[in-house]
Amino acid sequence: MNIDLSRRGFLKLAGAGVAATSLGAMGFGGAEAAELAHVRAFKLTQTTETRNTCPYCSVACGVIIYGRADEAGKRRVVHIEGDADHPVNRGTLCPKGSALKDFVNAETRLTEPMIRRAGSDRFEPISWDEALDKIARALKDDRDANLLAANEAGVPVNRWSTAGFLAASATTNETAWLTYKVVRSMGIVGFDNQARV
Amino acid sequence: MTNSWTDIKNTDLVIVMGGNAAEAHPCGFKWVTEAKHHRGAKLIVVDPRFTRTASVSDYYAPIRPGTDITFLMGMIRWMIENDKVQWSYVKAFTNASFLVKEEFGWSDGLFTGYDEEKRDYDRSSWEYQLGEDGFALTDPTLQHPRCVWNLLKAHVDAYTPEMVERVCGTPKERFLKIAEMIGECSSPTKTMTSMYALGWTQHSKGSQNIRGMAMLQLILGNIGVPGGGMNALRGHSNIQGLTDIGLMSNLIPGYLNIPTEKEPDWETYMKSRQFKPLLPGQTSYWQNYSKFMVSFQKSMWGDAATAENDWAYHYLPKLDVPAYDMLRMFELMDQGKVNLYFCQGFNPLLALSNRGKNTSALSKLKLLVVMDPLQTETARFWENHGAFNDVDPSAIQTEVIELPTSCFAEDEGALVNSGRWLQWHWAAAEPPGQAKHDTWIMAQIFLRVRELYAAEGGAFPDPILNLTWPYADPSTPMPDELAREMNGTALADVTDPADPTKVLTAAGKQVKSFAELRDDGSTACGCWIYSGCFNEDGNNMARRDNSDPSGLGVHSNWAWSWPLNRRTLYNRASADLDGKPWDPERALLSWNGERWEGFDVPDIAPTAKPGEVMPFIMNPEGVSRLFSRGMMRDGPFPTHMEPFESPVQNVFNDRMRGNPVARMFESDAATLGTSDEFPFVATSYRLTEHFHYWTKHNKVNAAMQPEFFVEISEELAAEKGIQRGGKVRVWSKRGEVWAKALVTKRIKPLTCDGKTVHVVGIPLHWGFVGAAKKGWGPNSLTPAVGDANIETPEFKAFLVNIEPATGEALA
Repeated sequence: MNIDLSRRGFLKLAGAGVAATSLGAMGFGGAEAAELAHVRAFKLTQTTETRNTCPYCSVACGVIIYGRADEAGKRRVVHIEGDADHPVNRGTLCPKGSALKDFVNAETRLTEPMIRRAGSDRFEPISWDEALDKIARALKDDRDANLLAANEAGVPVNRWSTAGFLAASATTNETAWLTYKVVRSMGIVGFDNQARV
Repeated sequence: MTNSWTDIKNTDLVIVMGGNAAEAHPCGFKWVTEAKHHRGAKLIVVDPRFTRTASVSDYYAPIRPGTDITFLMGMIRWMIENDKVQWSYVKAFTNASFLVKEEFGWSDGLFTGYDEEKRDYDRSSWEYQLGEDGFALTDPTLQHPRCVWNLLKAHVDAYTPEMVERVCGTPKERFLKIAEMIGECSSPTKTMTSMYALGWTQHSKGSQNIRGMAMLQLILGNIGVPGGGMNALRGHSNIQGLTDIGLMSNLIPGYLNIPTEKEPDWETYMKSRQFKPLLPGQTSYWQNYSKFMVSFQKSMWGDAATAENDWAYHYLPKLDVPAYDMLRMFELMDQGKVNLYFCQGFNPLLALSNRGKNTSALSKLKLLVVMDPLQTETARFWENHGAFNDVDPSAIQTEVIELPTSCFAEDEGALVNSGRWLQWHWAAAEPPGQAKHDTWIMAQIFLRVRELYAAEGGAFPDPILNLTWPYADPSTPMPDELAREMNGTALADVTDPADPTKVLTAAGKQVKSFAELRDDGSTACGCWIYSGCFNEDGNNMARRDNSDPSGLGVHSNWAWSWPLNRRTLYNRASADLDGKPWDPERALLSWNGERWEGFDVPDIAPTAKPGEVMPFIMNPEGVSRLFSRGMMRDGPFPTHMEPFESPVQNVFNDRMRGNPVARMFESDAATLGTSDEFPFVATSYRLTEHFHYWTKHNKVNAAMQPEFFVEISEELAAEKGIQRGGKVRVWSKRGEVWAKALVTKRIKPLTCDGKTVHVVGIPLHWGFVGAAKKGWGPNSLTPAVGDANIETPEFKAFLVNIEPATGEALA
């Protein structure tokens, strides 16, 4: 077992050792058990290492994420460190990358769909199904009402400008491509991403 | 980036201007440290503030925000005057020798063809003289008065070191010292690299800032070479990918264009995209445009895209304006002309210029849908947070749906770094609570809309009903399925054009690269520049071999870079006209008599003879452009333009405000301030502890730089009676913020055109949700005017006033 001893923990153990000398005559068994009882296990044991990329700036440092199942059996992030094999960052991380775990596990992560009704001063939960149906209905109705199928000259323009979509800056290419397909197929022209600003 | 992060170690001189790499890109900046340590490279920083990058530089010069073009044109003038020109490169690889139309000219700060009424140029005179054979006329001796070189010389003549000092406030001797350092890099064996970021893009003439440096780099022979290039540091981790894939109003993946109304049919659309070479024997690679375009249409609409229906050309929207960019959309929203808006991992309330207008615009929507891993101010724009978000929820009728998404640690796929590397990553955890992947959410929205159209019919349902959806589980498209679509597939056997009996790729297989794409409907490809990323060799983006036999930081077998796994763009230009590397110590490619060989994938046909085919294969000229013809709205050369809000008048034309062709909505024009009311120049920036508005959700980062502050000089503090650590009010024509005053030696007053100019620095991070103290972002103050070419808002130079605020000093 790999014991993670802080300096303070080490001193405490040394104290226990002094006490143990007088206990020695009567045997060591109790002291050993006491020692094990207050030494924390190496925190990365039984974790799964996954290769990932820092989501912040586009230096795109390689990171290794250590995950472990929580009490409910859900795999959670317990540690993140720089990937020493990565040719760009070679294991280093900046003040932002070093604190990534607390970004993933932030208290202000969203965990359930919410709706804020017109004029209300609060969010209230809504089910995924209800939220998605509501969105789909709103899209269909607005598109049917406002899609400009042809301009005055009769040229088909398939242009829908009363709906808009702002895409992200840190989603994957694959998310971007699927988003592109969906937005374009509907004729939305107010399409933009974070690169604009 | 034209080059890569690891390539920076090959440089002799780094110029950081329009960026702050040590602070904003710390782990990439280590390659500057490597170059300094191992090659003896020097670092120059030009910035309004003495930044953390400046603190480790060899030489620093201050500059007034928004005057970079003057500095850069001054630099070009000095290089020409002092013969610090890489002549072999300039003569062979640029358009210096091309003759320009007689009508073209410049006077009073404006180029020929300006129409004040339209705020636009008629750009027809900004073109080459063509011969009867359709090729451009040139004078390789550079003697002809109409050749680009002589026009450039005349254009930069006004930008003397004295003019630079007058406009930029940069002391003449500092400018000259930097000129000497840069001039050394005109040697074929010395290179400079330019590292820039939003300090150059966030101006009403941001694109021209970047062109200015690109021209300087061409004159020094530094494009395409190891340790050289134009290196956009870029912001977020996949800003490059989202741009490549064209998630913008006017783009199709791989930098193709959405048609306009002036292109009513396929034939007209393709007619202006022939890209006939302008000199004999040149590649002009965009001649393959139709192959990429047809393959894209097949990827979108499969069997519904046929030769008979012009590949479903009319399924695409056609634009009536250059773009419905987000500035235009928020203007339309504010006019009540937008009903639905989606924000996917984007926080425009704080990220877009002029927050007051953003709040007003969002309040006019019927429905706002926010998809994000985190709480955002945008999703809560209707929530009252006192002075930090002073709104009345009961007066806002917008319905808001907030959908929880996964974050990077819970998702699989590729991100593209600044060096164009597509790096695959894997999910390490499950999303919290009911959070879902963005792909699942987009699929759900689409499938439900498609179902409604199938059941009810409705407005032009064809592009929706016929969109390809070839996913094993339609409700959950998988990352590898999507990546394979972007790579492209052979729909029928792809054969060798020289020998039709030879099958290159059989039907149903992934194409090897975009060289196999066809315009007869036999291939599908979502994003041609990514073709090769996921072919029959597998997922090349997931490769993990970090070896580097070149010693030059090429790392060809690590991940995959576009295009074709090429690591340095224009790398053919790293060798001379005979194909020998300019610098044998840094040999990337060379011509062996029959073909190009070396450590990188050649950026030219492998057997293209060095004396015949020029290196800039995407340009019909075959060479690079010192004169950019009519391709940019605000001029074929960069010319000095003041920011829209400036303490001084344009020295060339006192009637000119800002960029004369930048789009300006009336409502925004009314919110521009002048220097009598707002005497101080403000600029925005980011701190190394923070990442935009994300890290305020992280207690560690929130604690490291806990409180919103503004940075001012000791002189300004004394003038306004502001105490170190005291509370101040900063306001512009558009809004106001309260902050702690950081009184610093890092910002000094400048003298410009005889006036003292004070600069106020405004960092961004703070808002009203998350773990950090509440505060404001710079966009409470900034104007909603964008760059004339790409509409990036002018965050880096605007006017404010400042005063001590009532209340106790905070420190």
